Amino acid sequence: MTPLSLLPKGTRAKIIQIDAGRGLEGRLKHMGLYQGEVIKVVQNTEGPVVVAKGGMRLALGRGMSQKVLVEEI
Amino acid sequence: MKYTIALAGNPNSGKTTTFNELVGAKEKIGNWSGTTVERKEGLLVVEDTKIRIIDLPGTYSLTAYSIDERIARDFLVKEAPDLVVVIIDASNLERNLYLPLQLLEMGQNVVLVLNMMDVVKHRGIEIDVNALSEILDIPVVETVASQAKGMNILKSVIAKTLDKSPKILNIDYQEVEGDIKRIEEALEGVDLAFDKRTLGIKILEGDQDIFDKLNCTEYFSKISALRNEIIESRSDDIETFMIERRYAYIKGLVKECSKKYLTWEERVTRSDKIDEVLTNRFLGIPIFLSLMFVLFTFVFRIGEPFVGIIEKFFSFLGQQAVILVENTGWPLWIASLASDGIIAGVGSVLAFLPYICLLFLGISILEDSGYLARAAFVMDQFMHALGLHGKSFVPMLLGFGCTVPAVMATRTLGSEKDRILTILVLPLMSCAARLPVYTLFAAALFPENQGLIVFSLYLLGIILAVIMARVFRGVLFKGETAPLVMELPPYHIPNLKSVLLHMWIRSWLFIKKAGTMICLAVIFIWVLASLPWGVEYASENSVAGKMGSVIAPIFKPAGFGFWQAAVALVLGIFAKEVVVGTLGTLYGVGESGLSTILPQHFSPLSGYAFLVMTLVYIPCIASIAVIKQELNWKWAGLSVSYTLVLGWILSVLVYQVGGMIIK
Repeated sequence: MTPLSLLPKGTRAKIIQIDAGRGLEGRLKHMGLYQGEVIKVVQNTEGPVVVAKGGMRLALGRGMSQKVLVEEI
Repeated sequence: MKYTIALAGNPNSGKTTTFNELVGAKEKIGNWSGTTVERKEGLLVVEDTKIRIIDLPGTYSLTAYSIDERIARDFLVKEAPDLVVVIIDASNLERNLYLPLQLLEMGQNVVLVLNMMDVVKHRGIEIDVNALSEILDIPVVETVASQAKGMNILKSVIAKTLDKSPKILNIDYQEVEGDIKRIEEALEGVDLAFDKRTLGIKILEGDQDIFDKLNCTEYFSKISALRNEIIESRSDDIETFMIERRYAYIKGLVKECSKKYLTWEERVTRSDKIDEVLTNRFLGIPIFLSLMFVLFTFVFRIGEPFVGIIEKFFSFLGQQAVILVENTGWPLWIASLASDGIIAGVGSVLAFLPYICLLFLGISILEDSGYLARAAFVMDQFMHALGLHGKSFVPMLLGFGCTVPAVMATRTLGSEKDRILTILVLPLMSCAARLPVYTLFAAALFPENQGLIVFSLYLLGIILAVIMARVFRGVLFKGETAPLVMELPPYHIPNLKSVLLHMWIRSWLFIKKAGTMICLAVIFIWVLASLPWGVEYASENSVAGKMGSVIAPIFKPAGFGFWQAAVALVLGIFAKEVVVGTLGTLYGVGESGLSTILPQHFSPLSGYAFLVMTLVYIPCIASIAVIKQELNWKWAGLSVSYTLVLGWILSVLVYQVGGMIIK
């Protein structure tokens, strides 16, 4: 289980847990980023991380992406 | 007989474009009561039937997690519209069907609009619209709103569906179904507008808004206890489970109704490729800065000639008014009121309309194309280091045009702290109204280096904004900025109609709000300059002149301690560009005469100090009014006081330190 912020571009990962306070966690989950779902890292150099889920591209701030715990697949 | 329908949809789904297409120009804009969220309403007439359309805030779902969502669902339950038209980006069904699903679960009468069908075809996705329509038991309409395709069909579908009695869509929550029933039973007798099943589901999910509403009833403790019991008995998170079930339903639905659905793993979209360049680690910021430079050059180069034309026109108009009054024999003060007061007032507002319109045009294009989200993303890290949110940069950008719409644009910032902080530093973004002051002084006092001087002032404003943001963040708003969670919508060729409409709406807002203020201000100035009765207009003996003489000594250390400068600054509180006109009036010359007069009273150094003061001191009256409206008097007051003090300190510093350096 690693924080999303550590994964390089092109990695696919399954969401395990989001440790980010109810409001934020809730928002992400309702958007489709919940336990078990697979996302792909589109960009991760500095600053916000961009992930892809289906046709959606979501930019997550650095701090946020450190709280999204995933498992690489 | 009038019907009411609501328009719902994700942000970036083409909802606004569709609304504009349906409603045409008959739009009413306001706020959802008690909030600063924009509310739009319009009228649609289909085959003699009058339909009121309310545009709900763009949302991804109907939870309680954001004010936008709460507004949307409160509207739906309280006003019970006859129909909800949901607009989604059909190229991403799996994600975008979540909102329609929640609406159907609530038992709303829904028409589903699959927008952006052009993208769907381009991506090679085929959607079986009939199957979708049958399974969900609702009409489904395909549109390409940006090309106005499908609008007529949509209108007639809306007309036909208005009287339909909707059914509640029941998603099978499997083992939680029993729990939902138990909560429903416990809700017997509760009178909240939602239906029992919806309430049960939301209570289990932990919907804060519903809890708050329940809190006022005697059922609260019983239901809380029941909910806690159910939660304890599970090993996983119940909300997640329910979300999963919904998405499972959607996935099944999408599989059923999409043929040849290409898995995204294989496809790097065109938008992704563009993003690789535009949000590139090394290229991202330079590209952004270059675009900003192009934007501003575009605005000021193209705008300038128009501004000149407008100024000349109003000057001409003013002269005609005087002639007219002389010919009809009315008293002279009417001529003065008409020409120096009213006409000058209106003229000064309209004069910088070209800059405003062009700036908003440029920003609308960037926004509609999808680039602005990338810009927020690219700037986020930088903004974060300043203690600001990535999304703050759009309002700050707008602030270069006019503070009024810029303050309003901060509504997109979710966190209250970030909003307040941004609004506090916004006035330091040098607005278009100050430009005439800069250019006048630059031309008169620094003929060799005009561009440089003006640029230095803009830069100074930005630097000050950065510093003050840090200061305020540290002193007033300890704690992190709200985390960035932002969707990057696919790139689109901006729709001309949409862009022009956006530009027009914002410009019109400026005219209404700022314009009224400025006009009133100029008339008020005229009054101050014309009293006591019979005094020479704007002379030292007028009220304005006397006020100036009283204040003037404060500015001595800054090099401009004479009453004309003081009066100009005081009156500039009403509207920054009035400073120029006031100086012209006070010295008894027109603006063209000012370039000769100014060097007689200002040295280059004191002139620059004066410009620094103009840059920093106090937001204009219209801005103060808007700040008060969006926040409250406390923050408006702080904006006024800190800028006054900072402006004075800086202009004194410039003059004193500059004086020492030159010697």
